[in-house]
Parts: sequence; C-alpha cells; structure tokens
Amino acid sequence: MEWVLFALIALPLGTTLVFMLIPSRYSQLVRYTALAAAAAMFLMSLLVFIRYEFEGGSGLRFDLQLDWLENIAFLGENGITLHLAVDGIAAPMVLLTGIVILAGVFISWNIDYRNKDYFILLFALVAGVFGVFVSQDLFFLFFFYEVAVLPMYLLIAVWGASSNFGTFVRTKEYGAMKLVLYLVAGSVLIFIAIFATFTEAGQGTFDLPVLGEATYGETFQKTFFPFYMIGFGILAGLWPFHTWSPDGHVAAPTAVSMLHAGVLMKLGAFGILRVGIGLFPEGAQFWSPVLMTLGVTGALYGAVSALGQKDLKYMVGYSSVSHMGFVMMGLASMNSIGVTGAVLQMFAHGVMTALMFANVGAVYDQTHTRDMTAFGGLANKMPRHTAFWTIAGLSSLGLPGLAGFIAEIHIFVGTFQAGYYWAGALGILAAAITATYILRMLASAYFGPFNERWASLKEMRFREQSASVLLIFFIVFMGMWPKPFIDRISETVNNLPGIG
Amino acid sequence: MDDLNLQWSLLAPEYILVGWAGMVVLLDLFWGGLRKDQLGYVAAAGALAATLVSLIWINDDTDFANLIQINNYTTLFRVFFGLIGFFAILASARYVRDRLLHAGEYYALILLAVVGANGMAASGELLTAYVSLELLSFSLYVLVSFAKFDHRSNEGGLKYMLLGAFSSAILLYGIGLIYGVTGSTHFAEIGAQLTGDTSSFDMALFLGLALIIAGLGFKVAAVPFHMWTPDAYEGAPLPVTALVAAISKAAGFALFLKLFAEAFLPLLDEWRLFIAVLAAATMILGNLVAIQQHNIKRLLAYSSIGQVGFLLVGIAALSPEAGSALVLHLVGYVITNLAAFVCVIIFYNWTGKEEIEEYAGLAERAPFVALSLSVALFSLAGMPLFAGFATKFILFQAAAQEDLLWLAGVAVLMSFVSLYYYLTIVRQMYLGKPEEETRFPTPWLEYGVLATLVAGVFLVGLYPQPLFDVVEQGTAVIFSGSQAAGAVGKP
Repeated sequence: MEWVLFALIALPLGTTLVFMLIPSRYSQLVRYTALAAAAAMFLMSLLVFIRYEFEGGSGLRFDLQLDWLENIAFLGENGITLHLAVDGIAAPMVLLTGIVILAGVFISWNIDYRNKDYFILLFALVAGVFGVFVSQDLFFLFFFYEVAVLPMYLLIAVWGASSNFGTFVRTKEYGAMKLVLYLVAGSVLIFIAIFATFTEAGQGTFDLPVLGEATYGETFQKTFFPFYMIGFGILAGLWPFHTWSPDGHVAAPTAVSMLHAGVLMKLGAFGILRVGIGLFPEGAQFWSPVLMTLGVTGALYGAVSALGQKDLKYMVGYSSVSHMGFVMMGLASMNSIGVTGAVLQMFAHGVMTALMFANVGAVYDQTHTRDMTAFGGLANKMPRHTAFWTIAGLSSLGLPGLAGFIAEIHIFVGTFQAGYYWAGALGILAAAITATYILRMLASAYFGPFNERWASLKEMRFREQSASVLLIFFIVFMGMWPKPFIDRISETVNNLPGIG
Repeated sequence: MDDLNLQWSLLAPEYILVGWAGMVVLLDLFWGGLRKDQLGYVAAAGALAATLVSLIWINDDTDFANLIQINNYTTLFRVFFGLIGFFAILASARYVRDRLLHAGEYYALILLAVVGANGMAASGELLTAYVSLELLSFSLYVLVSFAKFDHRSNEGGLKYMLLGAFSSAILLYGIGLIYGVTGSTHFAEIGAQLTGDTSSFDMALFLGLALIIAGLGFKVAAVPFHMWTPDAYEGAPLPVTALVAAISKAAGFALFLKLFAEAFLPLLDEWRLFIAVLAAATMILGNLVAIQQHNIKRLLAYSSIGQVGFLLVGIAALSPEAGSALVLHLVGYVITNLAAFVCVIIFYNWTGKEEIEEYAGLAERAPFVALSLSVALFSLAGMPLFAGFATKFILFQAAAQEDLLWLAGVAVLMSFVSLYYYLTIVRQMYLGKPEEETRFPTPWLEYGVLATLVAGVFLVGLYPQPLFDVVEQGTAVIFSGSQAAGAVGKP
C-alpha cells in the first residue's frame, strides 16, 4: 500500500509517455487511454481517502521514502528524498484531484485539435498536483508545484479561447502569459523562503517532518512567513494578487479551468497550511490579522465583482476568488474549527467550481457565447443542464444540505471564535451577495421567458452529464454526511502546531 | 626547487588532441575524396579518444613539473571538455559541409581549443593558466571569423580578438602584481602566503586581484566586460557559437574556481562582495536585455550572460559546498545549452534562418526539434524535471548557506525573468502558423546528438546523485590544501 502514492504520481507521468507513443491520427485511442488512466487515478485516490486511518493520531499514512540526493555538499543523510505520505489534510485533496481529473477527461472528450498533446500536458499537470499534495519533502513539494504550473501556459495558449469585449479583446495568449508570470513570481518568493528555511533549520535535509521539529527564531518566522503566505497565496487567488485568476480561467479550455480553479488554486492554500503554518506557527499567528483582512476583502471583492459580470465564465472566475477568500479566512482564524473549515471549503469549492466550469463549457460549446443577458429560459431546452447548474449554484451560495454550507459554517464559526467579529460579519455578507448573483444569473439565463434564438439547443452530451453527476454526487455526499471528511481533517488539524 | 617531476606521459590526452588536429589538417589536404562531414567524424573520434585516455588518471594525484596538476579535478574537466568537443564537432558536421570552407582547419581548431581548455583546468600556476587561456582564446578568435565572406563573422571575430587581447593584458598585469606581492605564481604557494598575515592592507595585492577578476570576467563575459559577446555570438558560424558558449564558459569557470579556491580563498572576505555585485549585475543585465532580442543567437548570447551571473553566484559563495554546486550547475548548463544550440543549428541547416519569428509553427514541421528546444529552454529557465531546476536549486541554496540570501533572491527573480523570453520562443514554435505544412527531412546524426543531450538534461534533472558524487570528488581536491591550512569557511 505504500506504493499507492508513488503510483498516483507515476501513473499520469507514465501515461504521458504512452501518449507520445500513440500516433496522433488515432485520436479515439488517445481519448480512451486518457479515460482509463483517469479512472485508475480516481479509484486510487478514492482508495487513499477511504483507507486513510484517521484514528490513532495524526501520523502520516502510506509513508514511502526514496533516496534522491544525500551526503553531498550541504546535504546530510536523507538530504532530499522523495518522501510521500498523506495526512488528514492531504487525503481529501488527493480525492478531490482524482474526482476532477476524471470529470475533466469526460469534458475534454470533444477536443479535436491535437488532442494527444493536450492530454500529455494535462496529465503532466495532474502529476504535479498529486505530487504537491503527497510530498513530505520541501524540495519535492516545490518541484511538483512548478510541474503543475508549467503546462498551464501551453494548455491555455493553444486550446483556450479569447474573449471579445467589443471595445477590447482579451486574447488567450494574454491570459496564459499573465497567469504564468503571476504564478512564477509567487514561486520566487517561495524559493527564497525555502533557502532561508533550510539554512536556518540547519538539519541538512529538506524533509518536512524534520524541518517541522527544528526551531526557528521568532523574528525569523515573522520575516519569512509572508514569503510563503504571499508566494503560495498568489496561486490561491489571495486578494490583491488574484487578477490573473479570472483572466486565466476564462481563457482556458473547460477542463483546464476545472482543474485550475478546482484543484490548482487549492495548492496555494495547501502550501500556506502545510509549509507556512506548519513550519512557522508563530509567524502565522503574527500575520493572521493581515491574512484575515486580505481573505475577507477577497471574499467581498470577488462577490461584488461577480455581481457585475455578464459573462458566465467571468462570473464563475470571480466567484472562485470570493470562495478562496473564505479559505484564507479559515486559515487565518488559526483555530481547529476554522482551519478544518478551510480544508472543507477547499474540497467543496473544488468540486462545485469544477461543476460550474463544466456547465459553462457545455453551454458555450453550443451557443458560442457566454453572455448571460443573451440567454433566457434555457431550462426549456436543457433541463438536466439547468438542474446541474442550480445544484452547483446553491452549493456555492451555501444552501444547507450541500457541500458549501458545511464548509462555510465551519469557517464563520472559526472566525467568530478567533474574535474577528467584523470579518465574520463581512464574510456572511459576501455569502449573501453570492446568493444574489447566483440566483439572478439563474433567473435571467435559465428561467423566465424563453429566447427563441436558442430554439435549436440540445441537452448536454452524455459524457458531460456523467462528469456532472460524478461531481454532484460528492457535493451532496459531503453536504449530507460530512463526517468522513471532518474526521480525517480535524484529527490532523488539531495536531498542527499553533492551532488553538 | 626540488627535482621536477617530468613525467611526460601525464599529458597523453593533449598529445592525442594535438596529433589528431595535425592529422585532420593533413587528411583534408591530401585526401581529396574525403567529404567534409566525414572529416568531422574523424575529428570527433579524436576528441572521444582523448576523453577516454584521460580516464586513466581517475583518483590519481600527481603533477608535471609543478605546472600541470593531474588530479580528479583535472580528470573531471578533461572528460567534460573532451565531450563538449565531441558533441560540438558532430553537431557541426553538416553545417561545415554545406556552408564553410577549410574543414580541416575548422576541426583542428576545435581540437586545439579543447587542449587549451584542458590546460586551464589542469594548471596549478598562473602563467601556465595564462598560456592555456590564450591557446583557447586564439582558437576561438579564428573560429568566430571562420565564415570569411560574411562581414558579420569578420566583425564579430575582430571585436572578440581586440577585446580579448585587451583583457589578456589586464590579466597579465594582475598576474604580475600578484607575483610581485607574494613572490610566486603557484596557486598553492600564493594561498599559503596569503593565509598568514592579512591584516595589513596591501594596495598592490588588491589591485592585482581586481585585475585578475576583470581579466577572467572578460573571458567568461561577466558584466561590465561582456560587450564582445552578442556580436561574437551573432557573427560566428552557428556551431562555433555553440562551442564558444560551452567551452569558453566551462573552461573559464574551471580556472576561476580553481584559482580562487586554491590561491585567494584566504582573502574571501575582501572579494566576496565584489564578486557578488558582479554576479548580480551580470544576471540582471543579461536577462533584461535578452527580453528585447529578435535574433535567436543574440537572445542566447544575452541569456548566456545571464547564466554567467548565476555561475558567479557559486564563486561569490565560495566554499567546498558551493564549489561542487557550481561545477554541477556548470555541467547541467552546458549540456542544456548545447542541446538548445543543436536545435538552432538543425533549424538553420534546413532554412538558413535565425530570427525568432521564423520559428513560427516549428512544432508542426519538426515536432522533435520543437520539443527538444522547449525542454532545453525550460531547463535554462530552471523548470523542474529538467537539469536547470535541480542544479540551480542546489547552487542558490549553497549561496544562501553563506549568508548571501539576497543574491540567491536576485538569482531566482532573474530566472523568472528569463522564463518570459524563453516562452516567447516556445510560443512561436507552438502557436505560430508555419509558412508551409510539409515536414522537414530528418537528419539522423543531429537527431542522435540532440536525443543524447536531451536525455542528459532529464538525467541531471531527475537523478543527479551519480553526477554530483563525481563532481564532488573532483572539486574536493582543490579545497583540500586550504582545508589543511584551516582557512576554509567563515571567519
């Protein structure tokens, strides 16, 4: 069983090699290979989640350590190892990745242009994502982090779509370059902080459990926590470094938006939690008011911006910024409930935003517009699609019984418990604004009088429906029975340093 | 002085190279039936033979008349330079056949450049180092201006030679001053002299040191001594550009590292900041100016200046750890850079073009070359899976260990800048529309060279332990003397 995590990284990477061997004219074979690999990844991630034993402490499960570089220069024994393990925070994230990639492959079925190259990059990205979630070595965590970021450029620039706003055009190259430059700028900060951390710890190893036990001076923690906070925060859509996110998500092809908003942004929040808070609890405590302020600002700002969008995909993009703001609030609360809520929100938002992007993509494929004012009464033609959209939207606005509610209630309780009454109140306001833009969008585009222009619309394709059902299953499951998630997460969160 | 060890056999790889160079010229002269590219294979065999012979001295530690030291450091670099020569010759065979005259001289000069480079890594003494440096430089001056009917080639060669001669004079003056102060030209003896009393501020010593840094700075193209690089790179025939980028940097740093580790380590605190500022300036200027380039040779020239800045970080952070990290990065960088240049050479052989916008749609017409060039560029930018990430990470960490976190920060920031301009090439290849749809013909030899180099990029990136073990054994030698004297590390 130790090898399951290794397999989770090796399978997508190996699949990219298999793709390279398939001649590009066999595009159907490419698709089925992708589906088989994604299904295998989904099952393995499900296995990791189910078999994760949360009882008996917060220890690492499926622990595997392979030597990579040791006894060289400044590196001591086990200097850099491929140390793979999951804890209660990583287990749901691994599951999330498995779900979204399977749904993503279904959604990518109708990509015809060089679909082999597309899947090669998509699977390289997924390998990076799995790698970050399961790495227990700072070097490899960052290694995989960069692997996940790199393919985005080509995925967006080649297979994405430009947006025409009449007076100006946001090209896909613009979105791709902006996204990459922002994220790599964040990596610069992380890079510097890693050098400083390793030097200060003086353990001769990048192994995270060992680094976690080292002592760091208080000034040092206060100096370098912001490097991790902002560096990883850029990927998590932390306000005011979020501007790449709507542009990038809109420009990206559907499945890439799903993966990016659904999973990649979580890498940022995960990095803050695992590396920032995990190594520098005192620094985190010191900076938590700032993180709380930025988080709640992002939540409000994202919600208000989403309110102003006519473009469906931009609306979802800004709603992602808003929901990631909630995650930041949960992390900043620095207490058990809040941080548990943050991880729950990472999962919940991941699944529901993937569902939203999948549905935007489905309607855009047929109508070639995402302008919600141009729609009207689409429920007449696409009843199932409308149902999926509604469920995603209701989860997003925090309807009890769906995943979003469970997560947000934890976050708000945690925020109030930590004494940030103002932030809690503003966060709830942001949730209320979410309800406004979601319901308004549903009312104008899907219900109300039918616009005859769309008389020839057809229902979503079967594969897109399958993807949506898969995602909805987990939204409802977590909403109805959150215990498996909370058990796993809270056990680990309670044992994090500095979590009160 | 003691009895000198005149064991002539120690120089066997150099005899092979020189003899082979003469043979190649004679073959070219007397065997009219031999095609120019076939002559290249003969020359490549010579480089490979010298490489293999130099393996005899693994784990040996001896010297020739106190001038040339044969130890693991030398062996490491002899193998390294030999392989650079080997790959550079193979990569240029088709180019030479189609576009250059005087193939015999061309290959002979490459072999002689390898001899000069070997001497730079092997010398234990300033004047031997200087003579070797000149041998390398003169070979390269001629090679840069080898396309004699191309005025850019002549201009590049002239600039390179004039500035090179100027820098040689500076270097010599520095050597003279150092000799005047310490009474020796041997690295180890200079080191021993300087280890003693350093409290008195000796102007001549520091002037000498500054002049040596400036002279070597010229050779490796560090800012502000970099002006020859873009023109020489652009003017030179493409395979020569590849060779200059690889061997002059590698040999320059081999000497730089050895000289500073063996002779000037005791004065570390005096010159560290100087080199650190030089490194920062070099990577900032190189990478920022590279953004504006439209010609791929000029872009690679400025990017190589930026890379020199990263390498100088290793000198600024000088310690046994940083020394091995530097050589590791050097090896990774040279492999990657050669791979990038082989792609550019292949493209030039097909089309005769070297503007970045002319790479549009290369992914459609030659997917393997486009993929390899992307791999090489991403590796140069320090992206994971490839050599650049692992080696840069270790090198910059070594700098952070020596309280140079700010310099590591600048270096990381500039790597990020470099990603931007490398992406512009990748964008052309993958997003641009090709002029024609037809596939290019497959040059098997170049593809083989390219595949080997790309495999090297992945190997260093994914599992550097074996290479790092070798490199550390190689660099341990040059720090052993100063460790015995107790002068290593922070004061």
